[in-house]
Amino acid sequence: MATTIAKPELLVGKRLRRREDPRLITGTATYVDDIKMPGMLYAVIVRSPHAAASIKSMDVSKAAQHPGVAAVFTGKDTEKVGPVPCGSSLPGLRVPHHYILAPERVYFVGHPVAVVVATDRYVAKDAADLIEIDWDVRGAVADPEKAIADGAPPVHPQWPDNKAFTHHQEGGDVDKAFAEADVIVKQRITSQRLIPTAMETRGVVAEWRAADRQLNLYSSTQIPHLMRSLVAQMLGLEENRLRVVTPEVGGGFGSKLNVYAEEALMGFVAMKLGKPVKWIESRRENFLCTIHGRGHVDYYEVAAKKDGTITGIKLLIIQDLGAYHQLLTPAIPTLSVLMMPGLYKTANIRADIIGAFTNCVPTDAYRGAGRPEATHGIERMVDILAAELKMDPVEIRLKNFIQKEDFPFPTATGLTYDTGDYSLPLKKALGMVGYEKLRAEQAEKRKKGELMGIGISTYGEICAFGPSPATPAGGWESATVKIDPSGKVTVMTGCSPHGQGEETTFAQIAADELGIDIDDILVLHGDTAIVQYGIGTFGSRATAVGGTALYFALQDLKAKIKKFGAFLLESDDATLAGGVVTCNKTGASKTLQEIAGATYRAMKLPANTEPGLIATHFWEPTNFTFPFGAHIVVSDIDRETGGITIRRYIAVDDCGNILNPLIVDGQVHGGVAQGLGQALWEEAVYDESGQLVTGEMTDYVLPRAHMMPWIESDHTTTPTPVNPLGVKGVGEAGTIGCSPAMVNSVVDALSPLGVRHIDMPMTPEKIWRLVQGASSQEPVARMGERL
Amino acid sequence: MNINLKINGKTHSDDVEPRLLLIHYLREVVGLTGPHVGCETSLCGACTVECDGKAVKSCTMFAVQADGANVTTIEGLAVDGKLHAMQEAFWNEHGAQCGFCTPGMIMASKQILDRNPHPTDEEIRMGLEGNVCRCTGYQHIVNAVRAAAKAGA
Repeated sequence: MATTIAKPELLVGKRLRRREDPRLITGTATYVDDIKMPGMLYAVIVRSPHAAASIKSMDVSKAAQHPGVAAVFTGKDTEKVGPVPCGSSLPGLRVPHHYILAPERVYFVGHPVAVVVATDRYVAKDAADLIEIDWDVRGAVADPEKAIADGAPPVHPQWPDNKAFTHHQEGGDVDKAFAEADVIVKQRITSQRLIPTAMETRGVVAEWRAADRQLNLYSSTQIPHLMRSLVAQMLGLEENRLRVVTPEVGGGFGSKLNVYAEEALMGFVAMKLGKPVKWIESRRENFLCTIHGRGHVDYYEVAAKKDGTITGIKLLIIQDLGAYHQLLTPAIPTLSVLMMPGLYKTANIRADIIGAFTNCVPTDAYRGAGRPEATHGIERMVDILAAELKMDPVEIRLKNFIQKEDFPFPTATGLTYDTGDYSLPLKKALGMVGYEKLRAEQAEKRKKGELMGIGISTYGEICAFGPSPATPAGGWESATVKIDPSGKVTVMTGCSPHGQGEETTFAQIAADELGIDIDDILVLHGDTAIVQYGIGTFGSRATAVGGTALYFALQDLKAKIKKFGAFLLESDDATLAGGVVTCNKTGASKTLQEIAGATYRAMKLPANTEPGLIATHFWEPTNFTFPFGAHIVVSDIDRETGGITIRRYIAVDDCGNILNPLIVDGQVHGGVAQGLGQALWEEAVYDESGQLVTGEMTDYVLPRAHMMPWIESDHTTTPTPVNPLGVKGVGEAGTIGCSPAMVNSVVDALSPLGVRHIDMPMTPEKIWRLVQGASSQEPVARMGERL
Repeated sequence: MNINLKINGKTHSDDVEPRLLLIHYLREVVGLTGPHVGCETSLCGACTVECDGKAVKSCTMFAVQADGANVTTIEGLAVDGKLHAMQEAFWNEHGAQCGFCTPGMIMASKQILDRNPHPTDEEIRMGLEGNVCRCTGYQHIVNAVRAAAKAGA
């Protein structure tokens, strides 16, 4: 029974297997589609097959009369619900009204226009096929550069230039830097649209308890509390009457950091029909209607001195927004601007963003959200500059790095980098790969005409979002710790994880702080009726912000445990250690169970002390954190096929202190897979008419086990001073560091052929065309053009 | 149509529509939660179950095609509360993150070792080709299969 004995071994930093896994490996976890309720109905959504069209007429009568159909609703029925919210507020932002079902006009393929509710999913689908819609098809535009060119069809008729916003940011004296430059390199760099593809598609179950005036919404989301606030608004329901439950979430990667039409729509249907209703997104819908990521066309110019010192950066981002703003759509490219200097000292920057509406599904946060684009851009430009100056890519990086003693470092984009030692992971990675030897081997191979490349990226991230004034919804995070009368501990975190393992890492933190067995700790999350308000899991923030909130809640609780223990011991000099309060004079002690029991029994209380043992802390960070690292990719190119073989993949990450190395490695591996996906295989392709050509897994190439290299990962440790745990965040590092290292490697391999840039994805066909000297379908870069 | 089959050692007899997919039969009629629907097109493998000893994607098989079959799902792997060595290996090696692909991934991994008890890393990776995981980058899954092979799964 006495489990709270002194335990000397600290768990933070240990390679512990995860506490959430038993339910996952036995198939007993509850995802949204596993929820069943008596009388539950099933919804299927009817969507536009056209990218731009008006509904001339819609006949739902056959569907409504189909046996088993409970109801059909169209945009006319739901006009007063919503709109789907946009959480960012750039000056002058044009925000189109985003109906949950389009009443008249549709703006992208997949735009929802009706919902059919029936007794089961097969019947609902049968009935949905009976809806007849007469469309007036209009001209569409799916390419952001074409969208903002003269004469493009307007996505929204009220804004014929298709510009949702422009954004300008400047730091230092960029004109002077360019005027005085020895060399200027320019490059157009794209970061193609990607489809996040969480393995669990989105899904919602809504249950309306009319007598209680209570709506229960089960949704696969990264942000249960924000969803509660926003969906309540959309439905005109009091916030305290809406409970959002996030059951097991099968991956998000940003795509579930959102509030979609379907959440409010299912709430509406459940309230109308008085019965529970379930909607599960099909994979086709997931590709068409859940947000995409990236979608950048970037124009870079970098000014430098002969010795390689970077003196200025100009960047024009044309952001493909899609047809609407989802929750954070317009904010994502502003993150690219913030991180455009990368790890380099450059004081002079100029950035412009043009947010372009297109007849496509909106873009929004996808793993890295703006930072992979920025890192890809600067890391490509540094390599292009190095090639122009005939410098080694390592040398030019070392030359321009912000130095260890420069921190905290104010960047030209207005950030303050917390701490870093950028040469540390680079040197470690170079040592791991055997850089000098590889360069010698490459030189030998080049003599024989063989194509081998060594690509480096040194990346920085902005993580742990973030100080509230710099975030759309508040950047704090919350934790509650309660200790039951029996001494068992429950942690409730406001950031609801979806694969990141916080049920384990947060229990590690609590076990160490309280000095108790980890098995006495339960971590709860993802139910707004149980957990205090929180923000969510995204932007590599859960541990750095949510973990810190937990740390401070534990400090509050420890103070009370110590005070109560000392009171029970009648001691004025007591110590709390190993879950036991000991009087330093007499050696008498009280265990946590004894103290907990006494706080609830409350026979005697210390002065000014409430009964019970519970503490809640909302922690507001003073700054972001800025992890960094270095990736190196060694590749061999097959001249005959254009195939790329990754011989070595080195990832050295510095995410500050590491709570659980097993989980951190897993995050890095998964991040690299998504980075390689972008670099080599993945691309959401829309044709001229706005049809998504890569609309199924057959056409959208995801990384599979046999396509992935072995990742050699290691770490350096530079704790952040921003939080007492010293943790920075690691969820997005792998993705951010990966794509430029991969592209730099292939460009390095092809550089003897005069190749200076390749846009992603680097498909074998694209590489083969470059090798053959034929013109690639993508414009091959003309590098190093001087002004 | 009436179908009779064994699922995780237990006999089931149900009247089903001919068009009912095996995955929906397992989830909606039998009430299992392990096999998942990830793509509906047999590309992701989240629905992988064993049918007469062979790994199949239950999203592209009709329930009626499983008439008379012996089906094993992830729920049937543990015996008397003791995890199968492959489940244990996925746990030890952190082979799951969000867990959605995991049941199918474990069933496919078990099949690899059923056919070849001592696979090379390349054979493991090729064997997992039909299963998509978006979280792990596969490395810890490969480690798990290797560890399970070593444990004699």
